[in-house]
Amino acid sequence: MKIVAICGAGIGSSGILKVNAERVLQRLGLSATVVAADIGSVARVAADAQVILTSAEFVDAIGATRADVVVIENHFDTDELSRKLEAAIG
Amino acid sequence: MSLPPLADRAIVLRARAADWREAVRIAGDALVDSGCTTHEYTEAMLRMVDDHGPYIVIAPGLALAHARPGADVRTDGLSVVTLAQPVEFGHAHNDPVRVVIGLAGVAPDVHLAAVAALANAFNDSAAITAVAEAPTREAVRAILERSDHA
Repeated sequence: MKIVAICGAGIGSSGILKVNAERVLQRLGLSATVVAADIGSVARVAADAQVILTSAEFVDAIGATRADVVVIENHFDTDELSRKLEAAIG
Repeated sequence: MSLPPLADRAIVLRARAADWREAVRIAGDALVDSGCTTHEYTEAMLRMVDDHGPYIVIAPGLALAHARPGADVRTDGLSVVTLAQPVEFGHAHNDPVRVVIGLAGVAPDVHLAAVAALANAFNDSAAITAVAEAPTREAVRAILERSDHA
């Protein structure tokens, strides 16, 4: 499974999402590749992704995709991330 | 996995900012003053919000100001700004902001290590309030250094 975290630069808030998503997946006993990328490369990087993690600001720019787009409000809240990831994957 | 060292000049306590732009600029100036970045990097941080909106407000009360690695970054660095008066960034859920973190990395992989260390510190939901109310630079360092033991 591939999960892509998207933000403006591909390193700041998407980096936080990547790190915390990896922690949550480990806790849930799931294995997936998590990649952080910038919004400009979403079409290429997320072409084969099952889930896109992002902030509300990027949903329109992500546009049409086969992946589940999951909007995270508090990037440091691993409970929110866990709940939303489980819903998207399960 | 630890954070870049936090120089005294990289920590600005109870700063006064009229708006989000000024708040981000203070975090950028602190990176410049501690020798991490050029003023161009500060402008790039502001452009990220102009282009994409207030998404850098990634948690209640906290903005993570940053731009891409590049020529504007001399060394990896971090700045921490606490605001005397909270500032609205226009975020739907996480306003108002009391803490602005400025982040600069020379390369994406180093950047990600710093980001992971930040997550270690701030995944503790009390940490943002603790930094916002920190009375001294030492207190700020103590909160962020919890990241080294997580």
